[in-house]
Amino acid sequence: MSIWVNSETKVVVQGLTGKEGRFHSEKCREYGTKIVAGVTPGKAGQDVDGVPVFNTVEDAVAETGANASLIFVPPPFAADAILEAADAGIEVEVCISEGIPARDMVRVQRILQGLPTRLIGGNCPGIITPGECKLGIMPGHISIPGPIGVVSRSGTLTYEAIGQLTALELGQSTCVGIGGDALPGTNFIDCLEAFEEDNVTEGIVMIGEIGGSAEEDAADFISQFVSKPVAAFIAGQTAPPGRRMGHAGAIISGGKGTAADKIAALEAAGIAVAATPAEIGTTMKKALESRSMV
Amino acid sequence: MKIHEYQGKEVLAQHGVPVPRGIVITDAEAARAAAEELGGRVVVKAQIHAGGRGKGGGVKLADNPDEAVKLANEILGMTLITKQTGPEGKLVRTVLIEEALPIDRELYLGVVLDRTEGFPVMMASKFGGMEIEEVAAENPDAILKAHFDPDVGLHPYLSRKLAFGLGLEGDAFKSGTKFMHALAKAYGETDASLLEINPLVTTTDGRVVALDAKMNVDDSALYRHKDIAEMRDIHEEEPLEVEASKFDLNYIKLDGNIGCMVNGAGLAMGTMDIIKHYGGEPANFLDVGGDASQERVAAAFRILLSDSSVKGVLVNIFGGIVRCDMVANGVIAAAKEVELSIPLVVRLEGTNVEAGRKALAESGLDLIVGEGMADAAEKVVAAVGGAS
Repeated sequence: MSIWVNSETKVVVQGLTGKEGRFHSEKCREYGTKIVAGVTPGKAGQDVDGVPVFNTVEDAVAETGANASLIFVPPPFAADAILEAADAGIEVEVCISEGIPARDMVRVQRILQGLPTRLIGGNCPGIITPGECKLGIMPGHISIPGPIGVVSRSGTLTYEAIGQLTALELGQSTCVGIGGDALPGTNFIDCLEAFEEDNVTEGIVMIGEIGGSAEEDAADFISQFVSKPVAAFIAGQTAPPGRRMGHAGAIISGGKGTAADKIAALEAAGIAVAATPAEIGTTMKKALESRSMV
Repeated sequence: MKIHEYQGKEVLAQHGVPVPRGIVITDAEAARAAAEELGGRVVVKAQIHAGGRGKGGGVKLADNPDEAVKLANEILGMTLITKQTGPEGKLVRTVLIEEALPIDRELYLGVVLDRTEGFPVMMASKFGGMEIEEVAAENPDAILKAHFDPDVGLHPYLSRKLAFGLGLEGDAFKSGTKFMHALAKAYGETDASLLEINPLVTTTDGRVVALDAKMNVDDSALYRHKDIAEMRDIHEEEPLEVEASKFDLNYIKLDGNIGCMVNGAGLAMGTMDIIKHYGGEPANFLDVGGDASQERVAAAFRILLSDSSVKGVLVNIFGGIVRCDMVANGVIAAAKEVELSIPLVVRLEGTNVEAGRKALAESGLDLIVGEGMADAAEKVVAAVGGAS
């Protein structure tokens, strides 16, 4: 088992004919992901490396049975692409596009409420179920299948954590990069809930960063509803207030959203917090060991 | 993106939000004509991107045009130090001359994005002039909140709730609710990320007016607001950050002495943290981007090295899709191009890492290879003279 994507996932790539879309789709296919269709308005009938291109997601779904989408559409058009896929009945969407206006995401979140579509991102590296499906831009070879679920707001810091887990022979059930924007489609709690229910996942790595209160909300959720051991790291302990640290959502504003507050909330919920980003893997290992000794 | 008070008021006025009449000047003599036009009694306000201007001496009341000129002379060209500018302060280049209003009450009204709810929230408080964070800490119940969908606007029952809560009555109640609707609309239509009216004032003749205005706009949405994008004032920004933005590099200057170059925002923050953990002080945040190409790495080196407090550099790259040997060659070429003369610690991890490390070892450069992030951090801290 795993969460949200597996070997059965059939993917339509929105923006397949663009440079990024084509490059990363090829990498996903090399990994074994079933890329069945592409969508670029006005380019129906063409193909990209043998993958048929359609004008609309609706057409792509009707012809190929795609149930997931990977979005590489430029940010001004990304919200529309997300809504188009949801309207076509896509179950899981991964939006890679960075720089979607927050106001567009307010609209997207409102419309997606009540729909069965799960949106991951924008501004995210995507999701991978090792050995089965890579839906995103992360390197596939650093992951191995196993019992650890990973959820993170970061990209390369997630790869760092995955690399550490793999080096400790702690494979991963599914790794989800939820993205660095202020309004992500999927949040920590969505992932924690899914990992808690997933029968393969035995431990969870959660990587947060400054800005907002998603980590505090997650800590609250974990203390109430998550029985599996959780190891966390919060990036940005040295970040100055009022400055946006690369990610649109990574900003301490009005004294809120500091790493210190988040770490305190996580520790109060009994979660093991790694002191440095070099210790994420070992912190997870220790949390698993201490749990199995009980 | 931050804009000045006078620019924020200009934008808000275009969206029907009542603001005082005002004239922007950059030459103190112009204060005379401005004050005469605005009725003689005016407020002279320094325009910098920082709050706390009043307490810092950047906002003063003039009873007549002569006094307006005198005050404008004092404020223009002064280095204004407030609790938000840091000890170095900010040079005042522009002054807003504004009509003095017959103020009755001072209130607070603001709009921000509530990330947990996924909607903007309008916040109101009776404590005008006080920072909302202070009110939230000391008396959270004193903050009234109303969430709204920017596609729909603020429902009338919500503006009534806020206006009753603020104790507005009569004409001020009517003007107040109208003000709130206009502000909510302005927030959505301008892609603002923050609108803060502090204080919001009621006048003795029943008007409700934005006495101050702080406006930040979502950087990601500036493409659809060319008029606002043009309001960017690079004088208010750190020169090195302006330079970095030309190369699409995410760079933020800090006070330490260890320059960092990292791919990815999260890893860049994590790298700063681990430097601090081992007793060092990061000189900057720098996300060189996913591909870490030679061109970008070279630009990043030049920016890092133009900060004279930088005594050593840590390059931390996790090669994912991009291969470590390519990154290594980029780093080597860039280091040679900029004739790097201070200690350089490079830590590479990921795809083709062995080939990458080999390239570094054979480069002829006097660089230190970090094995893992902790080792790299320890080595760079030692290279700049040990833990502080």
